[in-house]
Amino acid sequence: MNDMTPIQTTLKDWESDQEVRWCPGCGDYAILKAVQRTLPMVNADPKNTVFVSGIGCSSRFPYYVESYGFHTIHGRAPAFATGIKLANPDLDVWLVTGDGDGMSIGGNHTMHVLRRNLNCQIMLFNNEIYGLTKGQYSPTSRVGTSSPSSPVGSVDRPALPCAFALGSGARFVARGYDISKDLPEVLKAAYEHQGAAFVEIFQNCIVYNKDRFDDFTQKKVAADTQVWCQDGEPLLFAKGTKGLALDCDTLSLKVVDVVAKEDGTPDWEAAGVAVHNVKNRGLAHMLVEMPFGAFPMALGVIYDDPRPAFETEVVAERAKLIEGKTADLGKLLSKGQTWTVEPEATHGLMD
Amino acid sequence: MATITAEHEHEASVQDASPEAVVVRFAGDSGDGMQLTGGQFTLSTALAGNDLATFPDFPAEIRAPQGTLFGVSAFQINFGSSEITTAGDAPDVLVAMNPAALKVNVPALKPGGLVIADTGEFNKRNLEKAKYDANPLEDDSLAKWDVLAFDISALTLEAVKPFGLGNKEALRCKNMWTLGLALWMFDRDRQPLIDWLNGKFGKKNPVLAEANIAALNAGHAYGETAELAGPLKKLHVDPVPSEPGLYRTITGAEAVSLGLVAGAQLAELPMFFGGYPITPASAILHNLVKMKEFGVTTFQAEDEIAAICSAIGASYAGQLGVTSSSGPGIALKGEAMGLAVMTELPLVIVNSQRGGPSTGLPTKTEQSDLYQAVYGRNGDAPMPVIAACSPADAFECAIEACRIAVQFMTPVVLLTDGYIGNASEPWKVPDPKSYAPFPAKFLEESNNGEGHVLPFKRDERGVRPWIKPGTEGLMHRIGGIEKGIDTGDIDYAPAVHQAQTDARKAKIDGVAKAIPAQDVCLGEEGGKLAVVGWGSTYGPIHQAVRRARKKGLDVAHVHVRHVWPLPENLGDLLKGFDKVLVPEMNTGQFKTVLRDQFLVDAKPLTKTSGQPFAIAEIEEAIASFFDGVPGHVEGEVAVNETQLPNPEA
Repeated sequence: MNDMTPIQTTLKDWESDQEVRWCPGCGDYAILKAVQRTLPMVNADPKNTVFVSGIGCSSRFPYYVESYGFHTIHGRAPAFATGIKLANPDLDVWLVTGDGDGMSIGGNHTMHVLRRNLNCQIMLFNNEIYGLTKGQYSPTSRVGTSSPSSPVGSVDRPALPCAFALGSGARFVARGYDISKDLPEVLKAAYEHQGAAFVEIFQNCIVYNKDRFDDFTQKKVAADTQVWCQDGEPLLFAKGTKGLALDCDTLSLKVVDVVAKEDGTPDWEAAGVAVHNVKNRGLAHMLVEMPFGAFPMALGVIYDDPRPAFETEVVAERAKLIEGKTADLGKLLSKGQTWTVEPEATHGLMD
Repeated sequence: MATITAEHEHEASVQDASPEAVVVRFAGDSGDGMQLTGGQFTLSTALAGNDLATFPDFPAEIRAPQGTLFGVSAFQINFGSSEITTAGDAPDVLVAMNPAALKVNVPALKPGGLVIADTGEFNKRNLEKAKYDANPLEDDSLAKWDVLAFDISALTLEAVKPFGLGNKEALRCKNMWTLGLALWMFDRDRQPLIDWLNGKFGKKNPVLAEANIAALNAGHAYGETAELAGPLKKLHVDPVPSEPGLYRTITGAEAVSLGLVAGAQLAELPMFFGGYPITPASAILHNLVKMKEFGVTTFQAEDEIAAICSAIGASYAGQLGVTSSSGPGIALKGEAMGLAVMTELPLVIVNSQRGGPSTGLPTKTEQSDLYQAVYGRNGDAPMPVIAACSPADAFECAIEACRIAVQFMTPVVLLTDGYIGNASEPWKVPDPKSYAPFPAKFLEESNNGEGHVLPFKRDERGVRPWIKPGTEGLMHRIGGIEKGIDTGDIDYAPAVHQAQTDARKAKIDGVAKAIPAQDVCLGEEGGKLAVVGWGSTYGPIHQAVRRARKKGLDVAHVHVRHVWPLPENLGDLLKGFDKVLVPEMNTGQFKTVLRDQFLVDAKPLTKTSGQPFAIAEIEEAIASFFDGVPGHVEGEVAVNETQLPNPEA
């Protein structure tokens, strides 16, 4: 974005004229609204914004945003995004993918877009099921998920998208969920990160995997089961009565009880609660791999430690390669290895 | 096609070493065992069933001073698939074991010929002895030829290391290493040589036999793993550059790269190349990396699919997207090619064909991806297909592919093959100004008055506008789902799919109006027999037709560049001939297309050995249409059958 004057838009400006065709009650509606709320917050310019998606329920997303959009083929959105961004680094590119699209058929491309660090936002809608093909278990489905293709329960062990992202070299990893009021803040942070920003968004599939995330998304349990990661802040949850501390004997996280100080604020230091540091990769790994149940669900910006973006490096490398060179096609064609055949001459040899 | 068309009217200038024959010269120091090498190579040539003639040329001295010019020993062999009458004038291949051998022999080498040199011997002392001021392998003095220079000495020492020979003795195995490489180049059996070595040294000195066999095998293995262009030299068609002008040698891979750059320049577009390493297509990526000053971005993707998808992404964003691969990689790209058809974005897909199916013959040539190019996608996904007929022609074809892609908003397949890609030939350097530019146009404001932009509103040729993201007010969405007329909004309605399928087909059919009419490249329009080719069979077909015409046969050569859609006049042209013969390096794919499109009774002449056609093979097929020899399927028996010898009797 080169414009000096900030672009002023409202949520309405980001609504396309297309009828939204997700199932009534689908979590995608909430995510769409969250994105349409985020875009004005970050002064995004519709003409410079491109939503790129693969195939699946989530991948219909671009049709509903009033910007440029490309609904591509299954799993390959990161590759299209790479071409778009290398062709025009000024564009804001958002990738929309799902657990099947991004972790299964497109797992390879997800890995490579992350390790290359293309400057884009990757939203992986994780509903732990194949929705558009009518409910088969997906690579993030929990063991025992019964589905048309696993009638007695799936046996595959699920992949953890955020752990996969970190393992692939992602420099920004965040988590949110469809109905979370804080989702726009997470997306804003992703947008502001220069490089590939990976956001896993838990999404309720109302038809094929209903209420799968209720254990931590429902209001009555949210406080006790969600830990929101904020840089420089202690990792507290359950209204400050619990926290995450480092167990130095096992080099892992543990849940500790936190008592309130006299003024009512939690005495987290006494309890040894860890302070979140978005640049601490080791901590990020531990947070995304905490088994839910014994631990809360880590949400928010878990890791954010920028490195130069891929397209920036490509542009710089090109500038270096072409320094001092002029684009003279005639010269290029006759480069190096030439000889002249004179009129009259047979194809005599060059001496 | 300058170098090829130039050839038509200069039949007299064709030299003794006609293209179905190859001349190889082994040259080295007297002590290098060149004669022995040549002799053994001759043996293997005879065993391979080739006709041949040789010319041993050695110094008078038994052991001339090492490394000197007069101490050079050479052995030349001319061999081929039809009658050979001389040892050949100019070698196609020169094996130079030291600087002196190079100096003495390289002037005789044909332009575009191949020099194989042992860099291990190109040291200061030997260069001085050969009276070289500078190392010829390191300057441009060998520019007229292809040079394969590597350290044969070191590679030999490495190969015979296990046998504990002294340095001097070990280096004596160099000739066997070189012979091994030569055997690989010409697809020869090593066993007769191994038997000979065992016989020669076996009883007296089994270690020496084993060392020599190891060197032989190592040279052979080097050829195989280094994927040299060698074997293709066997039938290297050497167009004589008789038109005055500036020439250079060019391989097909270079020509494609330069043509793509020229095409993007003529379209006034930056080019984005997405590629993934694959034999024999990687050379295009390697070349383009060095041409970034022409607005070229190269991207080595994680796989073939990502390579094409990134190129489509770049086209969507307003650059000319290009991807290249070989058959197996193209198969992986199939779905994305369909998306480019559906979203109607320009894209060039280069397929350097190799033997298939599956991994097939990675380093050998074949034309068996024609069905894949023309038909190989799900749904009705028509796509223009262009085939280059020679390394130099690949330049013209690459420009043509760019032109059609940009002017018709469509993916275009450019077919070359392993032979064209690796082979080099002299090329008359064209003047870039002689090509008409075809600047790309982008939609800048709404094509719908005040309303929303209509991204799929077609012009009179059925072509939709190209709209770059970043353009004010033209926001829209595209994708692989069927889309409404003009609006591009998702629409599955039966009438809409019917109309859009028809529109996509009509657009590509219409490309036929924007390509040159099919010509006859040798012979007259109409007559007894048309030999119809496409791609790299150009050389052998052309020579065979030329020879047949010299014999007075009424035969013509038609070579098709635009494989899809076919030139509008091709059907009528072919119907002007009594018979149509289609030689191709597959099981008859283009023949099927011609039959389907024109209901002509095209007869196939097929070959799938990984080797190009020999001229004689095509000559024989042509003859079968004329001479009435029994057993020839297509023979038109002109004489009384009862007078012919009966093989059954």
